[in-house]
Amino acid sequence: MIRDITIGQYYSTDSLIHRLDPRVKLVGTLCYIISLFLINNWPGYIIATAFLFMVIALSRVPVKFMVRGLRAIVLLLIIAGVVNLFFTPGEELWAWKKLSITKEGITMASTMVLRLIFLIMGSSIMTLTTTPNNLTDGLEKGLSFLKIFKAPVHEMAMMMSIALRFIPILLEETDKIMKAQIARGADFESKNLIKKAKALVPLLVPLFVSAFRRANDLALAMEARCYRGGDGRTKMKPLIYKKADAAAYLVILLYMIACIYFGRIFKF
Amino acid sequence: MSIILDHVCHTYESGTDLKSDALKDVSFKIEDGEFVGLIGHTGSGKSTLVQHLNGLLKPTSGNIYFDGADINDSDYDRKNLRRQVGLVFQYPEHQLFEADVFSDVSFGPKNMGFDKKEAELTAYSALEMVGIPHDLFYVSPFDLSGGQKRRVAIAGVLAMKPRVLVLDEPTAGLDPAGRDEILSLIKKLHDENKITVILVSHSMEDVANYVDRIIVMNDGSVYLDDTPRNVFSHYRELESIGLSAPAVTYILGALQNKGFNVDTNATTIDEALHTILHALKA
Amino acid sequence: MKSILSTKNLTFDYIRRDDEGNVEGITTAVDDVTLDVKEGDFIAILGANGSGKSTLAKHINAILYPTEGTVFVDGKDTSDDKNIWDIRQCAGMVFQNPDNQIIGQIVEEDVGFGPENLGVPTKEIWERVEESLKAVHMYEYRKKSPNKLSGGQKQRVSIAGVLAMHPKCIVLDEPTAMLDPSGRKEVIRAIRALNDVEKITVILITHYMEETIHANKIFVMDKGKIAMEGTPKEIFSKVEMLKKLRLDVPQVTLLAYELKKAGLPLPDGILTTEELICQLS
Repeated sequence: MIRDITIGQYYSTDSLIHRLDPRVKLVGTLCYIISLFLINNWPGYIIATAFLFMVIALSRVPVKFMVRGLRAIVLLLIIAGVVNLFFTPGEELWAWKKLSITKEGITMASTMVLRLIFLIMGSSIMTLTTTPNNLTDGLEKGLSFLKIFKAPVHEMAMMMSIALRFIPILLEETDKIMKAQIARGADFESKNLIKKAKALVPLLVPLFVSAFRRANDLALAMEARCYRGGDGRTKMKPLIYKKADAAAYLVILLYMIACIYFGRIFKF
Repeated sequence: MSIILDHVCHTYESGTDLKSDALKDVSFKIEDGEFVGLIGHTGSGKSTLVQHLNGLLKPTSGNIYFDGADINDSDYDRKNLRRQVGLVFQYPEHQLFEADVFSDVSFGPKNMGFDKKEAELTAYSALEMVGIPHDLFYVSPFDLSGGQKRRVAIAGVLAMKPRVLVLDEPTAGLDPAGRDEILSLIKKLHDENKITVILVSHSMEDVANYVDRIIVMNDGSVYLDDTPRNVFSHYRELESIGLSAPAVTYILGALQNKGFNVDTNATTIDEALHTILHALKA
Repeated sequence: MKSILSTKNLTFDYIRRDDEGNVEGITTAVDDVTLDVKEGDFIAILGANGSGKSTLAKHINAILYPTEGTVFVDGKDTSDDKNIWDIRQCAGMVFQNPDNQIIGQIVEEDVGFGPENLGVPTKEIWERVEESLKAVHMYEYRKKSPNKLSGGQKQRVSIAGVLAMHPKCIVLDEPTAMLDPSGRKEVIRAIRALNDVEKITVILITHYMEETIHANKIFVMDKGKIAMEGTPKEIFSKVEMLKKLRLDVPQVTLLAYELKKAGLPLPDGILTTEELICQLS
């Protein structure tokens, strides 16, 4: 059952955004994150919001999947909101003992929370519309210029994709080992911290032994299939830019210009 | 003592899109001292079922009684249940972790609150029972052969002195002699130590040779529950659910079609030999 | 027929070390093995756990090199470094655990992995992936994640992955050991089709006797040596000998053997139900 989980929460459907080259999506996400920290007035936020919702609509991924990613950072959002709300000096609106709410505080807190929400939603569009494998390919090709500095780009990408394949298998294995040890009376639910750490030994030893065996087997299997690093390898699914990708780059560029102009420079 | 399953259902991931019914209304009773074979193809719910027997999984609905008490009552002592109903998983690699065989086997009894001496005594006798020679007691379990690992894993559960032993595919990956050795060991535990055995297996020949009763699972339900003879007489139905009868059943069926007066319900080589010789004499 | 694999006095020793790395002893895993396999053959290698069959298999794919003796695959010496990639392309290998040999996250990408390594052009990779998946009847699963397939299906994907490299010979190291009976049947059917239809030499290592009855020749290994060799009929007529080597015979053969012991005039080495019935009638 655990095998059914997808790492990186890919949402399978067909849309314009899904079909884009992963490099475009990587660059787009990076630009969007930068833009969030560039803009400092409300027209900028309107543009950022409009852009985000346009992409969400184009991606055909239900909004609830985007919101799901926010659950993990609820605590962070609350802390960021509260700290900025109460501890920003400025024009005081309300005060009680040492706590005070200022006009600047309200602005600060709301922009901070908004930025964080947009940041998470923006990057989850990328992971929701790109398979992990595709993303790895995008990173490999997108970062291939680093090869001139002798950076092992291909090897890193290969490691990432192997890790992605084995995470569900190892999770399932962890579950099996846990059950086998619980059947022998192991206690993984103890509240006592020392006991808890001790209880992990019977879980971790078989898990590591198995992971090493798997790694060894996989290395043999890869060698047997003539794997010898990135040199001389061809690609079954090479990344080639299409017209839509060029158009997408143009949209991103226009968005960035609009953000900088209306979000920073233009005075209303 | 008995194990009773009363209308047990189990649903994985209920309430999500991935919802799947692994067990559907399973009811049966296993009496003290039985030797039961549990068969079914992969995904038929066997593994889910055995994990209910010692409380590793809880039924979504329905009840399981051990010695007349509901094992999923909030005040039921589940640790004691796991001592009484020993579960040996398919791969010994999933449970062996200690530096030497002896400590690994003592892990169970120690968890069960046996004092040091008692734990060592039961570990010692469990290793003797499964036929691990003394000179292997202090070697690393990872250095053992496949068959030896399997024995040590069984000993690790036996050391808790269970009254019921559930084994999930204990012969997977072993060579023919290794398979026979493990199965005769299990038979010995059943016959001499009076342990109730539930054997999960894919091999029809193994099941036919050893067990008194077969429960066939299909698609989360009990499909057949009878003696090996009666179960294998339904070999056409078994094939329709991805299983098959032992090879001798087919040979006898073919012989009968050729006009031989043989007992087609024979399931072991011995029985087949008997009925063929009998038919030829007549 | 041309020889695809020939070993001469192949011996492989490995050195056991203790925790500090001192030499504890030497184990001879393969001991003086000489064998010859012709192109298009279906060869089975039987042997108990630890008899050296897997070690032998790894020599065919140039994963291990002989300590003594030689291994020639398709006329090339495996201990010559410049032959290694040709040999690995020519003699593909399928391993026991389906989970530990699938690299791709989608079936078709995994099958494409071998051709990618060989530097095959993109268009041809797609053609090879298609034909290989069709050969093992897994084409309709090409877009699936390997994690969602059954054991038998995963092993068929592994076979397709090797097939896409256009090998002359496939070595299968206990490909069915972790499968259930229906998965085993699927895989054996696929392997037989490779040999019958694609004319690929098959070397099948197993300890399920039933899987070997269609082989041209069986080698039985014991303690690193070839203990028996012959046709399935010849091998399975020696029931006592096989039992001594921790092996078995197919159920039909065993029944025929017992009937013969009970005094019936039956020939040795009956392998199929039809044969037995024919003899009894």
